[in-house]
Amino acid sequence: MNLDKKITTRQSYAEALKELGEKNKNIVVLDADLSRSTKTDIFAKAFPERFFNMGISEQDMIGTSAGFATCGKIPFANTYAIFAAGRAYDQIRNSVCYPNLNVKICAAHAGVTVGADGATHQMLEDIAMMRVLPNMKVFSPSDDVQTKFIIKEISKINGPCYVRLARISTPVIYDEDEKFEIGKAKQIGKGEDATIIATGVCVAEALKAKAILEKKGIFVRVLDIHTIKPIDRDAIVRCAQETKKIITIEDHSILGGLGSAVCEVLAEEYPTKVTRLGINDSFGKSGSAEELMKLFKIDAQAIVSLF
Amino acid sequence: MKVTKIEALEKIANDIRINIIKTVYNAGSGHPGGSLSCADILTVLYFNQMNINPQDPRAEGRDRFVLSKGHCSPALYSTLARRGYFKEEDLKGFRKIDSNLQGHPDMNKVPGVDMSTGSLGQGLSVANGMAISSKMNSMGYRVYCLLGDGEIQEGQVWEAAMTSSKYKLDNLCVIVDNNNLQIDGDIQSVKGLNKIEEKFESFGFNVISVDGNNIEQLIDGFDRAKMTKGMPTAIIAKTIKGKGVSFMENNVIWHGTAPKEDEYKLAISELEK
Repeated sequence: MNLDKKITTRQSYAEALKELGEKNKNIVVLDADLSRSTKTDIFAKAFPERFFNMGISEQDMIGTSAGFATCGKIPFANTYAIFAAGRAYDQIRNSVCYPNLNVKICAAHAGVTVGADGATHQMLEDIAMMRVLPNMKVFSPSDDVQTKFIIKEISKINGPCYVRLARISTPVIYDEDEKFEIGKAKQIGKGEDATIIATGVCVAEALKAKAILEKKGIFVRVLDIHTIKPIDRDAIVRCAQETKKIITIEDHSILGGLGSAVCEVLAEEYPTKVTRLGINDSFGKSGSAEELMKLFKIDAQAIVSLF
Repeated sequence: MKVTKIEALEKIANDIRINIIKTVYNAGSGHPGGSLSCADILTVLYFNQMNINPQDPRAEGRDRFVLSKGHCSPALYSTLARRGYFKEEDLKGFRKIDSNLQGHPDMNKVPGVDMSTGSLGQGLSVANGMAISSKMNSMGYRVYCLLGDGEIQEGQVWEAAMTSSKYKLDNLCVIVDNNNLQIDGDIQSVKGLNKIEEKFESFGFNVISVDGNNIEQLIDGFDRAKMTKGMPTAIIAKTIKGKGVSFMENNVIWHGTAPKEDEYKLAISELEK
């Protein structure tokens, strides 16, 4: 594992999407005037006849995707997380999830790590809003390799999927040939002093914390939750049984996000004290991604300070 | 089974109106006003215009219909039942716990329903996706989308209208059920739509105005829409809310109220005349 090589998950996504597009002619891609940011311009260049720029009309984009899906197409709808899950929530709920249509919503620029654009563009509630929707599956990959895996897998799932992607470059955590499974968390390390349950950009932070703590003689394991829904209940319960402490960390509100999902599982199956790191009921603000992760205590140092 | 005789179509529209009243009465709730106003539109689409087969409701090459004003499900269900998609007997289950006929249409529960709708303003976007798919696959099917006039206060309708026009969806026909009433009253007083025809024209539509309760004019409008190339069509159908039942006509009370027993009997007796 070499955490020095970095790539954005939206770049990984766009490469995977182009590859999928070559194999499956039913894949169509929609964007809402952000194709250079979401990187769907890569697909657009390769398959212009299957790319639809819907303009600044996210609600229309989701509805059009639903229409495509009723006719056997596999639409991938793209915009920033704030406009996908937020602006088009009712369309996702009523035109996609209720009829259980095969629409893939790929949401770039999630979390405070959006950075300088500030609070209006930093989506901190999307995991909460998407995971409560019946029929919806929710993904939050942590690196390049995992993102590519998830994009390929969701193209085989017949139903709504939401994929949360980041603006910032994140370390490449996994080897090219790493094996993943939808709905199965990835455990890194076997330490028994604590489990750091992380998702998305925070997985790399958890791994940095793990290395720092090891030097202090504290041995933790990291549970990378790439599939938020359906969540890997078995892995969470097993880690709670095997380790002394459970910490969750996410670039998302602690209300309704990964931390909440973990608490729901443990409350029902193995009551355990949980420490949730995440945005604590507040909006984000402008700053660099690194500064914001420090400010909102969702970086490696925040984890280390708990020991 | 294309019905071409005007009188025969008028008879079918009347049958559908009777079932709308019966369906809403049995349920004790529902939306009779807007269902009655669009009964002629649905009759012409399902019995004269659309390429459909009730025995094969999911046929890939079928024409599609999206009831964007999903609350007018009594009209859609009564039309589908009359067309043979399911038994008229099933209409008695409307809005009840053990029935497939939900308050608003569910495409996964009811044969012939092409899209689940209910939250206003979303249907035209879906219809666009269907119409683009038809063109991409050279399937040649047409897509019809019925909007309420109050519904076009939803901003998404205009986002979608730009999309219809951008992709030159001449296989798409929007129908606005222009009955001039919405729940809280007269449309112009709630939030004025002003010139609906000019709005659609400026969004790049071929606009056709018809008397939406006149079968002949509706057939003519749909035929003209089919012949239009390179742009989508919007048929602005001037209708009467509650059409066919004297005390319901142009009375906003009947937007979403079921008739009581005496009102029900009176309505049926008027329609059965």
